[in-house]
Amino acid sequence: MKYTRKAAPAAVAALALTLTACAQSDREDGGDAGSGGGDVKDTITFGAAGAPELFDPYYATDGETFRVTRQMMEGLVGIKPGTAEIQPELAESWEPSADGKTWTFKLRQGVKFWDGEPFNAEAVCYNFERMSDQNEVAQGGPAGYWADVMGGFKSDGAAALYQGCEATDESTAVIKISRSTSKFPTALSLDSFSMQSPKALKEGDANNVTKQGDGFGYPAYAKNPVGTGPYKLDKYDEGNKTVTLVRNDDYWGEKAKTAKLVFKIIPDESTRRQELEAGSIDGYDLPNPADWGGLEQAGNQVLIRPAFNIMYVGLNPKKNPKLKDLKVRQALYYALNREQLVKTQLPEGAKVATQFMPDTVSGFNKDLQPYAYDKAKAQQLLKEAGAEGMTLQFAYPSEVSRPYMPDPQKIYEALRADLEAVGIKVQVVTAPWNGGYLDTVDNGGYDAWLLGWTGDYDSPDNFIGTFFGNLKANDFQTSVTSYGAQLSKDLEAADAIVDEAERAAAYEKVNQQIMEQDLPGLAISHSPPALVVSEKVKGLTPSPLTAETFSSVTVEK
Amino acid sequence: MPNPLNPRGKKERIDALAATSADTSGGGVAVATVDDAGHVEESTGVSLVASAWQRLRRNPVFLIGLTITTLFVLLAIFAPLIAPHDPADPILLPEVRPQTNPIPPAREGFPLGADNAGRDILSRLIVGSRQTLVVGVMATLFGLLGGLTLGTLAGAFGGWVDSVVMRVVDVMLSIPSLLLAFSIAAIAARASQWTVIIAIAVVQVPIFARLLRGSMLAQRASDHVLAARALGVKESAIVFRHMLPNSLGPVIVQSTLVVATSIIDAAALSFLGLGNPDDRQPEWGQMLGKAQPYIYDHPALAVWPALCIIVVALGFTLMGESLREALDPKSRR
Amino acid sequence: MIRFIVRRLLQMVGVVVILSLLVFAWLKALPGGTVSALLGERATPERRAALEKALGLDQPIYVQYWEFVKRAVRGEFGASTGVQPGTDAFDVFLTRFPATIELAVCALVLAIVLGIPLGYLAARRRASLFDNTSIVFSLIGIAVPVFFLAFLLKYWFAVKLQWLPVSGRQDPGIDATRVTGFFVLDGLLTREFDASWDALKHLILPSLALATIPFAVIFRITRASVLEVLDEDYVRTAESKGLTNRIIRGRHVLRNALLPVVTTIGLQTGGLLVGAVLTERVFSWGGLGDALAIAFQRRDYAVLQVCILMAAVTYVVINLLVDIAYAVIDPRVRTR
Repeated sequence: MKYTRKAAPAAVAALALTLTACAQSDREDGGDAGSGGGDVKDTITFGAAGAPELFDPYYATDGETFRVTRQMMEGLVGIKPGTAEIQPELAESWEPSADGKTWTFKLRQGVKFWDGEPFNAEAVCYNFERMSDQNEVAQGGPAGYWADVMGGFKSDGAAALYQGCEATDESTAVIKISRSTSKFPTALSLDSFSMQSPKALKEGDANNVTKQGDGFGYPAYAKNPVGTGPYKLDKYDEGNKTVTLVRNDDYWGEKAKTAKLVFKIIPDESTRRQELEAGSIDGYDLPNPADWGGLEQAGNQVLIRPAFNIMYVGLNPKKNPKLKDLKVRQALYYALNREQLVKTQLPEGAKVATQFMPDTVSGFNKDLQPYAYDKAKAQQLLKEAGAEGMTLQFAYPSEVSRPYMPDPQKIYEALRADLEAVGIKVQVVTAPWNGGYLDTVDNGGYDAWLLGWTGDYDSPDNFIGTFFGNLKANDFQTSVTSYGAQLSKDLEAADAIVDEAERAAAYEKVNQQIMEQDLPGLAISHSPPALVVSEKVKGLTPSPLTAETFSSVTVEK
Repeated sequence: MPNPLNPRGKKERIDALAATSADTSGGGVAVATVDDAGHVEESTGVSLVASAWQRLRRNPVFLIGLTITTLFVLLAIFAPLIAPHDPADPILLPEVRPQTNPIPPAREGFPLGADNAGRDILSRLIVGSRQTLVVGVMATLFGLLGGLTLGTLAGAFGGWVDSVVMRVVDVMLSIPSLLLAFSIAAIAARASQWTVIIAIAVVQVPIFARLLRGSMLAQRASDHVLAARALGVKESAIVFRHMLPNSLGPVIVQSTLVVATSIIDAAALSFLGLGNPDDRQPEWGQMLGKAQPYIYDHPALAVWPALCIIVVALGFTLMGESLREALDPKSRR
Repeated sequence: MIRFIVRRLLQMVGVVVILSLLVFAWLKALPGGTVSALLGERATPERRAALEKALGLDQPIYVQYWEFVKRAVRGEFGASTGVQPGTDAFDVFLTRFPATIELAVCALVLAIVLGIPLGYLAARRRASLFDNTSIVFSLIGIAVPVFFLAFLLKYWFAVKLQWLPVSGRQDPGIDATRVTGFFVLDGLLTREFDASWDALKHLILPSLALATIPFAVIFRITRASVLEVLDEDYVRTAESKGLTNRIIRGRHVLRNALLPVVTTIGLQTGGLLVGAVLTERVFSWGGLGDALAIAFQRRDYAVLQVCILMAAVTYVVINLLVDIAYAVIDPRVRTR
């Protein structure tokens, strides 16, 4: 039993024994009927930091929701555990046409949704049509991933990437897109594009998103979705802040090893830690790096995910014209002691960035070397540019912790000290993440700012395309620079290359160009996020995309 | 002497009690009756202050409170002379490793170790007393000024002015105080020590206002005010020379208590991530708030500032409570 | 009496109307907003504009306010965006209100059960060691920041000793039926006694943490009030008449001393119902305080509006109830 690990004074032990025995018996009510063996628990309890938005992943945009829906829903394309690479899931294989505009998906046969509906080409096309055909409200907000990836909806006509789907036979679906892109088919691995039961979608009026006050109202379907995954939704107890999933016994693949999966919402970090140590949850996501050591010492497993993110310092040449000079931007870069920053501020496994994407992404240029810390060079470059003693308004966000920057203020302080050491006058600015910081960044209100990005899927376009692709409107204001238009064009051209190897080569070149000639911002580091589970948890593979699945997980008693 | 249970006194009593509800301190009965104190002072010539002091001198609770507070203020004044290191200097930062050594342990020259940025904790605690005092005192002062303005308006004029002011106060009281504080902290474009101070101060305004209004209304009906009015003294003179000074007793007591709650509230704001983001000048509440991520494995980081806060808050509260009791003429028997 | 109640209710309407205006203006004045909270890093200027348009946030403020008033009159506050996205904000309030009441009642009972007897005893033995100790003890409760106290409580009783659960309202492993939303009560109603027992265990630590302040206040008021009454002429008369201590205590001292205590308790309830932000947060208690904190962080305007307005209504209603209770206990007030 669990309290034996920590010796309690004898006097209280007796009482503790009685009470925990009660708790124990309560906890395991419901018995082991469903579990395979006698030595594993029938429930996995995982601590979540926030409530899921809804259960229809198509309208979801945040990690807390996807963690839940990922266990219930599957897409045509899946992700190989432990990597960012794609692998077949509901589609067994796929083939692009020569121009990369027509994709033929061969579907897995014998798959059924929980409601008994068959999964077939018709269901696939129904899903895609449903995703593409959204009302105005949904287009503006909830259907965010579709808008990002496809660039438009049915109502946008030819401007949208998705152009139609055809079920040529029971197990073949052909999807047409308007241009060749590196996003395809990788982006189909996004949780938002999971396949859901056409019948349930229809009956639940799934597309009926409405505006309600300053928020969105979702149809009944969003609370009661139907997918094909190894788990299905049992209940969401809002009063007790828990989401319970149960095993889908008709799952087409290997059935989930544990009968019940519970997500318990615990917003406070140190409370999650206490829950884990008390044994009432089996794990939680994104433990504070400062806790990693202590967690491991207590016998827990800290599972470190390969970094799939980037932290950068954005620069705005429109706001501060001095930043238009490449020498100034390079000087800022040389001034930063990133080696020390990574060592003292970021968790183990963090790396100094050489470009605006992590090495797990195709198109990463291995030959690029980091701008080494060189104070003298920085000062000299500033002198050459006539920008000695320049003033830089440099901002960081408060009230936030992101996987790529666990403690923004500490990181900022280190960067600021480096900049001041080469004679730059730094104006310290900060705002709460949701309380004006992101707004100001988007409105071009800071000279320089600290921000980052976590990749959604394995595509260079998801990184550098997002940052610099849109010339008209991007945070780096590349439209006022001499290289912006060209960079935007190059990115578009690379994205359109059909052949994978050729495309990767093109992106490598773009990366080199960005780092050596353009330098729109300062790529700082990649930082691995972690998740922690107790020593009794087996079979959980950390994913760089934070796309862990729990179907293979068991918890020993 | 008015019977404390008579119907006319009741409204004041509720007002005084209202003060206690939104706040941890405040004190109903005693406060509602302190308005007699003014009477006593003027009419009898036995100085209330002197007699209160007589009793306070023998009160161990008060003496403990006074000692703690005095030591705290002295520490705050002489902090830079006492602190062994610069509290903002990350001396041990090169040793900090987020996982293996997030908090450099104690050693010679650093009796309490360093924090997660490699700064000496002892020095930060010592120097932190200064900002802590500033937060406590300034928040109280601003709250007092705001409350004084509103309370004087309401209490001095009565009638519709009173109604309007008290509705405003009601509205302020009806909003959860912490929420009010953190909204104010958030509205400020740039969070700083001052936004924290203002946020805490605003929450105190309605409490002070109610308290003052209660005493002032009682004063309005009192004999010496009636006498002054009968003699043709100008209304403004009555308010500022007679009513206001005689109503200040409970407010001053309340202030002592509010200093304590302000320090604790600052810690709460920091805990919720709404404190002063710049931690180069340490403040205990902020130190405690920022220690949260490390609290499990390195409780010392939180325990020291927490202890300091507890002791100082206790000091102010003990002092305030005994003051209140001593100033209460009833307890003199 | 009726007129008095009606007048107070009308005043309440006034307070709520003013408050709605203030709340709206105040929320709109907050920097940042729903759009940032929803999009995060993904907030490109294009997506931002699309979302603002979809939510009507690109309209002028007065138009937005008018929309808000129109909806509010119909009882619609809009859907939550951060706390329980997609759920109507009023439903969010309704789901969470029982949790808050459950916790507040439990804390209040603790505070009363401890505060009144201790206060009475302290007053009877004025200036004794017991008196001074209990004063200091009650004040320590106030001086400890509640989130720190909560951490210590959880650490000792939940993690180290494992006597009680760390956080939450009920073990998710228990398949409890929900009837009223009060978990302890639900368990009793449905005869799922293990669910009740488990919910009760979850209540202990948070209510202890939450009770410290009302306990100190009730203790102090009781003490002061008893002291005062002990000095009253009628008590002295009773004493001189030779009535037994028991009768004096029961009939004269306690009854009269309780008047201000009742008021205090009422007002403390108002504070507890909406002021438990920190306690609810550190114990992951799914009540209004927790909702307020999340709503604020994620700029969930709908939930903020509903919760603040309902908090105001609660506050006013409780004040009214206190006044009525006062009238019942003290006949002299009724003549007003």
